[in-house]
Amino acid sequence: MSKLIQGQTGEWEVVIGLEAHAQIVSDAKLFSGAATSFGAEPNTQVSTVDAAFPGMLPVINRHCVEQAVKTGLGLKARINLVSVFDRKNYFYADLPAGYQISQYKSPIVGKGELMLSMADGEMRRIGITRLHLEQDAGKSLHDRHPALTYVDLNRAGVGLMEIVSEPDLRSAEEAGAYLRKLRSILRYLGTCDGNMEEGSLRCDCNVSVRRPGAELGTRTEIKNVNSVRFVMQAIDYEARRQVAILEDGGSVIQETRLFDPHRSETRPMRTKENDYDYRYFPDPDLLPLELDAAWVESVRRSLPELPDAKKARFVSELGLTPYDADVLVAEKSHADYFETVAKGRNARLAAHWVSVELVGALNEIGAGIDTSPISPAALGQLLDLIEDRTISGRIAKDVFAVMLETGQGAVALVEERGLRQVTDNDAIASAIDAVFAAHADKVAEYRSGKDKLYGFFVGQVMKAMGGKANPGLLNELLKNKLTR
Amino acid sequence: MSDLARLTMFEARSGLRAKKFSARELAQAHLAAMAAARSLNAFITETPDRALAQADASDARLARGDGGMLEGLPLAIKDLFCTKDVLTTACSHILDGFRPPYESTVTAKLWQAGAVMLGKTNLDEFAMGSSNATSCRGPVENPWRRRGDNRPLVPGGSSGGSAAAVAARMALGAIGTDTGGSIRQPASFCGVVGVKPTYGRCSRWGVVAFASSLDQAGPMTRSVSDAALLLAAMAGHDPKDSTSAPLAVPDFNAAMTGDIHGLKIGVPTEYRVDGMPMAIEALWRDGIAWLKEAGATPVEISLPMTKYALPTYYIIAPAEASSNLARYDGVRFGLRVPGDSLDAMYEKTRAAGFGAEVKRRVLIGTYVLSAGYYDAYYVRAQKIRTLIARDFAQAFEQCDAILTPTTPSPAFAIGERQDDPVTMYLNDVFTVPANLAGLPAISLPAGLTEDGLPLGLQIIGRAFDEQTMFRVAGVLESAAAFVAEPGQPGGVERTMAARGT
Amino acid sequence: MALDKTIVAKIAMLARIEVPDRELEPLAGELTRILTWIEQLKEVDVTGVEPMTKVAQMKMPMRDDVVDDGGDRDAILRNAPQPAHGFFAVPKVVE
Ligand SMILES: [Mg+2]
Ligand SMILES: [Zn+2]
Repeated sequence: MSKLIQGQTGEWEVVIGLEAHAQIVSDAKLFSGAATSFGAEPNTQVSTVDAAFPGMLPVINRHCVEQAVKTGLGLKARINLVSVFDRKNYFYADLPAGYQISQYKSPIVGKGELMLSMADGEMRRIGITRLHLEQDAGKSLHDRHPALTYVDLNRAGVGLMEIVSEPDLRSAEEAGAYLRKLRSILRYLGTCDGNMEEGSLRCDCNVSVRRPGAELGTRTEIKNVNSVRFVMQAIDYEARRQVAILEDGGSVIQETRLFDPHRSETRPMRTKENDYDYRYFPDPDLLPLELDAAWVESVRRSLPELPDAKKARFVSELGLTPYDADVLVAEKSHADYFETVAKGRNARLAAHWVSVELVGALNEIGAGIDTSPISPAALGQLLDLIEDRTISGRIAKDVFAVMLETGQGAVALVEERGLRQVTDNDAIASAIDAVFAAHADKVAEYRSGKDKLYGFFVGQVMKAMGGKANPGLLNELLKNKLTR
Repeated sequence: MSDLARLTMFEARSGLRAKKFSARELAQAHLAAMAAARSLNAFITETPDRALAQADASDARLARGDGGMLEGLPLAIKDLFCTKDVLTTACSHILDGFRPPYESTVTAKLWQAGAVMLGKTNLDEFAMGSSNATSCRGPVENPWRRRGDNRPLVPGGSSGGSAAAVAARMALGAIGTDTGGSIRQPASFCGVVGVKPTYGRCSRWGVVAFASSLDQAGPMTRSVSDAALLLAAMAGHDPKDSTSAPLAVPDFNAAMTGDIHGLKIGVPTEYRVDGMPMAIEALWRDGIAWLKEAGATPVEISLPMTKYALPTYYIIAPAEASSNLARYDGVRFGLRVPGDSLDAMYEKTRAAGFGAEVKRRVLIGTYVLSAGYYDAYYVRAQKIRTLIARDFAQAFEQCDAILTPTTPSPAFAIGERQDDPVTMYLNDVFTVPANLAGLPAISLPAGLTEDGLPLGLQIIGRAFDEQTMFRVAGVLESAAAFVAEPGQPGGVERTMAARGT
Repeated sequence: MALDKTIVAKIAMLARIEVPDRELEPLAGELTRILTWIEQLKEVDVTGVEPMTKVAQMKMPMRDDVVDDGGDRDAILRNAPQPAHGFFAVPKVVE
């Protein structure tokens, strides 16, 4: 599949780098003891440190540091044992101190990588430039008053990890896949909940276009896009906009843009000229952040199994196809559910039932796997009934539907509704005879060479037996009788 | 002036414990002295009700026999310390009306130790100045006058109100802050003792920040042992300040053994400036002689980077200040001047709220941090700062403490030297190096000029070795036997000749 | 280093301090005098010297992840020049 954009004058390549802002899962803020929970009344989770009152000082939250190190290790990145907090100076209503404490020259995490599974089964390596710790800003509400902006500082000072990718992405789809994979890794690690609607994961997109193989073009930065879909839409729009400008003989202006989700387009942000001089310098209220190598190793040893490793294990040990494994590991909760079901059972069968039947059914009723009415144990019982031929796969689907609705167990349901498979030769044979008697013309046709009618006989017999005939036996007997 | 206001903190403490007078009487005596000397403009907020309430509580504790280290002692607080629910302005209009919902760690420790708050003292706006002339609340007058000259003199700065309050016997002691000499220089100008402790010794939490890597709180008193006592109460590790040293507070008074036999006292060749009065040179020589007489060995040392300390300071301090003062934006506290956009509101508020010197420093700081200049100015200054610290480290391989003059001149008249900022900056030439290197330093009054103004000598110690600094200072204090007192207020000339000038 | 009006206007904008046009010139003069005095630092050879990153020789302390602050909206808003419905209000910002 070509990722190139077809313009009026030829093909263009899109070059994308993403800066994700991931809110750290922690109880307290990065430099203060105020709470971080989402959705509180305005300004109720604000300390005098967050509101930058005179004389207030930051003290770093150890857990946030550990979360950043964990994430860095999860991205196979280099952990810098010494990093430095800088002040990024600019004035804005939701930035109380007039500076953001961030890491500029010496981030806590250096180069790493993230692997993308492409549609053709290939793996693609996307470079991670760095990960640094910084404070979130507060929230400005522009639509509550005609002449005023209201400021809520609940979010001010919450710990963020800014995760910067290399400009290795080449299409909106790849950018989307990158962001989904990143979110998956963060959730596995438990370092960010990845909830884009609540703003826990936001993304700045750096986009430029060029002729294939040419030098990098001028880029624009689209700020704060808050869903995977919008990221893809924003990149698509922006790439086409830039191609149109260039093909018109114009040039792209390096600028910051905003994505308007209602119009699915980007527009330039209103900023003051010269305002990008952030005057970074090391925060004199803090000292360099020094980590102990042995401690970093202990964090590394405590890392959970991550999606790539889990996928490899599902393929090599459980015999899943790479595709099925990919689908299952994307969400840790799905993978965990699957593993419970698959334990001591046919893994491929379990994979199908979890990722297709269960997830499909849950989507329809708007439930998540954590709130599934069917427990892994209950689904396991159903699979056992299929495996020991108590019921057929067909019947199993019906049983599953009732389980989902009533929460009843599979064994009880099969008994109660008499859904056991019929494995009695005589019963099946007499059902076949009855169908032959009713459709003697069709039997004659089949015997004169019309093979296609075979399925018709299977269907008729199954129908007559309420679907309970053992499919293997039925086939065996039917073939015998037809060729007789 | 009541005799109760003329005591040292130690004397007052014994008197209270011996029930010779009550804490209430002691507080009242000081409140009366404050009222009598109001024309000095040393206090900008008086808190008499609070002083009396605290004094009564002290009397109750003293009656039970469980008074704290500073029980019942009335103190003056520089208005840079945030005091809960009490107006705190840093002498800047930008903090008009600000009442902090918290108490600084240092002042909280004072009240914990039983001290009584008389009020908040005047200072240079945001502690930026060396003469108290930049205060939005008007200048402070030094209680001292030149003999035969009635022109009011500056108290020094930025802790000018605190220095004047202690010198004029309005408070038994005061606390100040020292970023480049803001405790020691006014102490020297006002004839009192002032200490800048090691960086990290006192918590900066709740102290309005000027330059975070340089600011330290410290005591201002009328004797070295009072300073040791007050510092012991103020100091200590604070988990709320990431730069606060996790060290126990030594007994500084116990360190003042009076014995300096075998100590080596460094005398830096470079602590001289053009036009430094003879009296200062002479006093410095006297100081060396006194310490030698007491058994110490003077050693000549070299601090070759000394001349670069001041310009280095004038990059680092404004740079940090430009960022520290960005929070004064008219949104959460203090002054707001309306504007028709957010930026217009910021610009008008900050234009109206900050005085000329603060603006100057914020602009210099913004400039030296800005794109294209950061490496040439800020990074270079931080490298030179490393060299300055290295100078001291090398010097301390040869000596145990360093003796220098505190200032290159005595107090000058209000209005003098105000046309050129750089001339004003030169006041801090001998005090700034200790801030850049983070070292403890004390200034104590040791002599008088020919026209009767106090002069201070400075002792710089090793980092976290205030003990040796106090030990030497105690000996120097006895030798100097400085007994002169300012004539103001009240017009009675009480100045006496001090030994050795 | 001589600062001209344009540079002073730019840094005043960065620092969000309104400086009337007529004051730019004299201010440029004052700042230039200070910077010229600072220029003497160029004499110092700083090759191979690390910038000072901490004053006291200690390791940065860290806090436990415990909520022990915040939760007092009144304390946060009490000093505000223009509080509104639990928020801080500022002139409307158009993004
Ligand atoms: Mg960024
Ligand atoms: Zn960021």
